[in-house]
Amino acid sequence: MTVYAAPGTDGAIVNYESRYDHFIGGEYVPPAKGRYFANPSPVTGEDFTEIARGTAADVERALDAAHGAADAWGRTSAAERSIILNKIADRMEANLERLAVAESWENGKPVRETLAADIPLAIDHFRYFAAVVRAQEGTAGELDEDTVAYHFHEPLGVVAQIIPWNFPILMAVWKLAPALAAGNAVVLKPAEQTPASIHYLMSLIADLIPPGVVNIVNGFGVEAGKPLASSNRVAKVAFTGETTTGRLIMQYASENLIPVTLELGGKSPNIFFEDVSRADDDFFDKSLEGFAMFALNQGEVCTCPSRALIQQSIYSDFLAAGVKRVENLRQGNPLDTDTQVGAQASNDQLEKILSYLDIGRQEGARVLLGGARAELPGNLSGGYYVQPTVFEGSNSMRIFQEEIFGPVVACTSFADFADGIKIANDTLYGLGAGVWTRDINQAYRAGRAIKAGRVWTNAYHLYPAHAAFGGYKQSGLGRENHKMMLDHYQQTKNLLVSYSPKAMGFF
Amino acid sequence: MARATRVDVTPAAADLMRRLRGEHGPLMFHQSGGCCDGSAPMCYLEGEFRTGSSDVLLESLRIDGVAEPITFWMSAAQFELWKHTHLTVDVVPGRGSGFSLEAPEGVRFLIRSRLLTERELSELS
Repeated sequence: MTVYAAPGTDGAIVNYESRYDHFIGGEYVPPAKGRYFANPSPVTGEDFTEIARGTAADVERALDAAHGAADAWGRTSAAERSIILNKIADRMEANLERLAVAESWENGKPVRETLAADIPLAIDHFRYFAAVVRAQEGTAGELDEDTVAYHFHEPLGVVAQIIPWNFPILMAVWKLAPALAAGNAVVLKPAEQTPASIHYLMSLIADLIPPGVVNIVNGFGVEAGKPLASSNRVAKVAFTGETTTGRLIMQYASENLIPVTLELGGKSPNIFFEDVSRADDDFFDKSLEGFAMFALNQGEVCTCPSRALIQQSIYSDFLAAGVKRVENLRQGNPLDTDTQVGAQASNDQLEKILSYLDIGRQEGARVLLGGARAELPGNLSGGYYVQPTVFEGSNSMRIFQEEIFGPVVACTSFADFADGIKIANDTLYGLGAGVWTRDINQAYRAGRAIKAGRVWTNAYHLYPAHAAFGGYKQSGLGRENHKMMLDHYQQTKNLLVSYSPKAMGFF
Repeated sequence: MARATRVDVTPAAADLMRRLRGEHGPLMFHQSGGCCDGSAPMCYLEGEFRTGSSDVLLESLRIDGVAEPITFWMSAAQFELWKHTHLTVDVVPGRGSGFSLEAPEGVRFLIRSRLLTERELSELS
């Protein structure tokens, strides 16, 4: 067991600056209007740094820097860009523990997750795109003896990226790595709830990146995000967030006729078929872990398995075992490596979760576990903690249909395969799903029948590079986490070449 | 007996709406679904968010001191799942929220819900 000292206290392995400006053109520049906002840690609720409050003028300055850098960066060879991405990954790996603690302090998530998942995945993501861009090639189509169609990949130019707060570094890297690999310059806006850890990352890697290729403008959505997303100087907007803002970003993009990629959340079903209980073995144990996965990252994951669908014949026993598994989760100081459940990322997130616990009860759902704010002692008492909560009810209830983004699972039963798939698909969303069964034929049929972009089969919450991630239905547009993302950040250039010296004969 | 409503606002939320109206201009709400900052009401300048046939106008809120009604919208698909509940717009200390106008004030609009009564449901149907 290790308990890391909080950044800014004696013995801390990582410290934040007292203030972060915008990172523009390779240097830190103060906000045009000179305003800053305080950034609290959800671990204690206390402010630990202040952040530049960006506005349209700062966004323009960042776009100037990005446009100044984009052409030269876009002309570098894939090999040169690949070397830089690999160096970034190496630098991150050398500082993994510091990055993990910085991220936990910023977001409230347990350091065991940032040590084992967030930061290692971010490092691997840079390496993955460093690799796949080297292997990318265009095509040459021989249309006839004298005519050839060549297809080249070209960068889009300057792209805008708006990052969510649930995995501040990892989600930034999911967007940065493919964009940079493909030769684009980036203006990135971190979430206002978690604006600091990306700057700690930049303090480690900024010297590796040509000035202007990555620019970070901090601030609130309406003041900094909107001028960025609606700018006619960006060639694409990538956004992770929710449906209304996603629609708004598409509206802005339609004015500028540019593409968007959107990742907008879900209400993911986790389906347990009766044969999971056939033996009390490793697989059964794994399926119970799969049930408890709704509490990973305090439920603040777009793919949170927030609906557990359990086959009728095993419903009571499996649910009882699942509740017991959740009961044993350790909630506490996120900087303690034994802690499994930490703090929600912000006070408004806490309040929203509590409002759903309320409407869940009013609709008649039964609370089997949790159901309230978690009161933790000492300096954690000001933090934003929610007890892992298990509801049982029916799929029409709002807690089954809305993304709560907290450690809350809503459980119900299904009769047979058809009924299970029907309930699973009875949702506006289609991002993730889980299927648990010992029958590979059933697993395959269920996975194909569920309308979601990612179906974990006898697994959950794995996010390796090279497995495409993205949504069906109202969960968004486009994919991340796969080499196909290079296409999302590239134009197709066709050179249509005639090698015949003869006139065509029309005129 | 007062007219049944789908959406009400708390006094604190009404205060904030008055302030935002004074500072920015006429307002609208669109209730978000989904991820991160979602499942929350987004407050925009009226007309900033283009509503269409996929949206439902739940209420035109009359706020004392605000000349025009503040519209409250939701996507039609989401409304199908919410229509048995009454919504109250409240405000809590908070930080972020997509492009919603109140976020820089250090507060966040929040929805509190209750079940509509039989009488309200029949009146609203």
